[in-house]
Amino acid sequence: MTLRADAIIIGGGIHGCSTALHLCLRDFRPVLIEKDYAGRHASGVNAGGVRQLARHVAEIPLSIRSMDVWENVQDLVGDSCGFDSHGQVLVAEDEAELEICRARVADLNMRGFSHEELIDAKELRKLVPAVAETCPGGLVSRRDGAANPAQTTTAFRRQAEHLGTVVREGVEATNIRKDGRLWRVDAGGETYEAPVLVNAAGAWGGRIAASLGEPVPVETVAPMLMITSRVPAFIRPVVILRGRKLSFKQFENGTVLIGGGHLATPYQDSGETVLDWRKLQESARTVWELFPIMRNATVVRAWAGIEARTADDLPVIGPSARHEGLFHQFGFSLHGFQLGPGTGAVMAELIATGNTNTPIDGLRVERFAT
Amino acid sequence: MTSNRPMRDEYDVAVIGAGPAGLAAASLSAQSGLSTLLLDENQGPGGQVWRAVTSTPLKQTRLLGDDYWAGSKLVEEVRASGAEILQGATVWSLDPHLELGISVGGGSQFIRARRVILATGALERPFPIPGWTLPGVMTAGAAQTVLKSSGLVPSGKTVVAGQGPLFWLLTAQILRMGGQIDLILDTTQRLNYLRALPHAAAFLRSPYLLKGLAMMREVRSKVRVVSGVTKIAASGDGRLERVTYEVRGRSATAPADLLLLHQGVVPNVNLAMSAGVKHQWDEIQLCWVPVLDSNCGTSVDGIAIAGDGAGIAGVLAAVARGRIAARAAVEALKPEAGAKAPSMDTLRAALAKVERGRRFLDVLFQPPKQFRIPEGDTVVCRCEEVTAQDILDSVAIGATGPNQLKAYRRTGMGPCQGRLCGLTVTELMADARGKTPEEIGYYRLRAPVKPITLSELASLPKDESATKAVVRG
Repeated sequence: MTLRADAIIIGGGIHGCSTALHLCLRDFRPVLIEKDYAGRHASGVNAGGVRQLARHVAEIPLSIRSMDVWENVQDLVGDSCGFDSHGQVLVAEDEAELEICRARVADLNMRGFSHEELIDAKELRKLVPAVAETCPGGLVSRRDGAANPAQTTTAFRRQAEHLGTVVREGVEATNIRKDGRLWRVDAGGETYEAPVLVNAAGAWGGRIAASLGEPVPVETVAPMLMITSRVPAFIRPVVILRGRKLSFKQFENGTVLIGGGHLATPYQDSGETVLDWRKLQESARTVWELFPIMRNATVVRAWAGIEARTADDLPVIGPSARHEGLFHQFGFSLHGFQLGPGTGAVMAELIATGNTNTPIDGLRVERFAT
Repeated sequence: MTSNRPMRDEYDVAVIGAGPAGLAAASLSAQSGLSTLLLDENQGPGGQVWRAVTSTPLKQTRLLGDDYWAGSKLVEEVRASGAEILQGATVWSLDPHLELGISVGGGSQFIRARRVILATGALERPFPIPGWTLPGVMTAGAAQTVLKSSGLVPSGKTVVAGQGPLFWLLTAQILRMGGQIDLILDTTQRLNYLRALPHAAAFLRSPYLLKGLAMMREVRSKVRVVSGVTKIAASGDGRLERVTYEVRGRSATAPADLLLLHQGVVPNVNLAMSAGVKHQWDEIQLCWVPVLDSNCGTSVDGIAIAGDGAGIAGVLAAVARGRIAARAAVEALKPEAGAKAPSMDTLRAALAKVERGRRFLDVLFQPPKQFRIPEGDTVVCRCEEVTAQDILDSVAIGATGPNQLKAYRRTGMGPCQGRLCGLTVTELMADARGKTPEEIGYYRLRAPVKPITLSELASLPKDESATKAVVRG
């Protein structure tokens, strides 16, 4: 049977769910097709960083818009999403790194952005008392924070469905085609048709784009994370390093999440990952050096989520350059979680009005056209 | 030989767990000339069934039974076999490429093997009754561990509740050692005697029959046994004070200082599942069991599972399966050495013999639903204090399976990694959603399957004084 919708969204990650929700707010009736379940991959198992700090300038306006959505997320989805706003701190481990931070802030200020502040050793110690005393300072973005990724994606999915999205989980979108003005997609024995198709398929987004004749240089990656058992509260902001790969966050319940972008081996077809424990051992050594208080903490679990990384580490957002009615929203390259709520709003705006006030020019698919 | 750290980076065969299956597997593998590493997290070999067999203070054969002492013979065999034996070594990671992460002597180390035989045994099935988290309530298996390794028996008013072959073995062991048991609450379903009847003929020829009956007679002659118990609750102010139970709709209460619970064992699936081994739901044993071929091989190339981790079958089957898995490794890696070892046909015949009658026990001791699927404010996930009602509430607002439930309630995300709640969560959600446990699935398990400290993972010292010692040294 063929079922009509206003838009077909492929992918039930934070991005697909957010776009579905925001389309509903504009009186669209989308269908969202997810081959596993919402938040099964990167969206549900990432580090949960809600970060404007240290982003590429092309993404900053979108990130700032997303931050506004985050700050009202309870009203939007009826769930706190575990969001807290204790800031994010980038630690410079030596003077050379601090100099790079200083130049960064000057550059951002010149461009009119003021969310990143340079901090000295004293302010760093105030924000992150447990950090090793050798660190001379860093950057802080005070509105930043963290959320619970699985809780967030689940909440967006639930609210999207509540507002009228047809959510189809456990069925794969296949045979994607365009018939006249309408996109048609088969899923779980049904065919869906709509004038709008949103490719929010994460690690699978590259395949969909390529199959529609609009290839994007993208690879599948699986950044690793590990979490400890509960330890007494000792740190409130999220901490990232300038040089070495480390991100660090203590949750309200005392558990500490350790990440930073070391990669596992992804097996995209089975959806599984194989962890690289030698790399996680490196992370453990970095934490051991910088946070002596963590040395006796117990690592209880490690995992990795599958996602897409583009050749320039920036996402592909906006209308297709090739097909009318096709929109891309994938390739977030290890930093898409914070962008999810705001990007959904921008996508809905683009789909409903053809325009957006949020500058996304550096993120459009045209940049990869040959 | 026994070592303190693995002597090589790579072995032909790594055997994990030095219980009956692991000892048998390592011994046959090493005797055939394969470089073999036997890893075990305890201080001495034996696993749970032969725990502390080389070190227990209890030297009188009668107390622990002849079967217990059979373990020492297999330990001698493996010690003479040439296998490298590493005690106090926790395997916390195994991946599909057969790389193992091991914690030993305060540091972590990685080794590779061409074949891995998992002999990680069984865990006690969760027994989530009201009040099971109170101090004074423990599993019978935990009591058995203390008994075997240090000879300590329960004192004070003790109630033992549950069912299963090991249930009777444990009560007999406690009584023989002069321990006190005031009351036994037998939860075997009366109906199961009928259900098991079709399997009785095979059981009549089982090596377990006479031993089992003798043990039950021994226990019944010394302790009051209440059978057909359909409800149990523990209660007390801050710790256990009484046990309330129901038989044929009538309620009774017994004072208690200690309540030991046991309703059978289930495969310890954590390491195998984290390595990607495919499992399926066993409708009779009501637990996850790995999908195995006739060589005990799993869905992951090179990984085999022997012992109760392959499906509960007891100590004799564990030994037989250990030999089959090792023989298969020999045939794959060094076929010419296979001539010396018993043939696969002989080993499989031995396994068939000791598995005879198992179905009878499985059906007879299938635990009743009310002791597997709790209700109301009974705690399911102890690490995160999540109740049965909490889980039903999450199902009502959209949680579809154990992995989705994590987003709502953090079940299974604590230090026990689902060992104490996993089966309960699967069955509870299946029941609530009208699905089969197979459809509902299980937690996706990830390494480290045993918690390790950050210092251990970093292989760096954990405190300042140790750091200085390293710097000075």
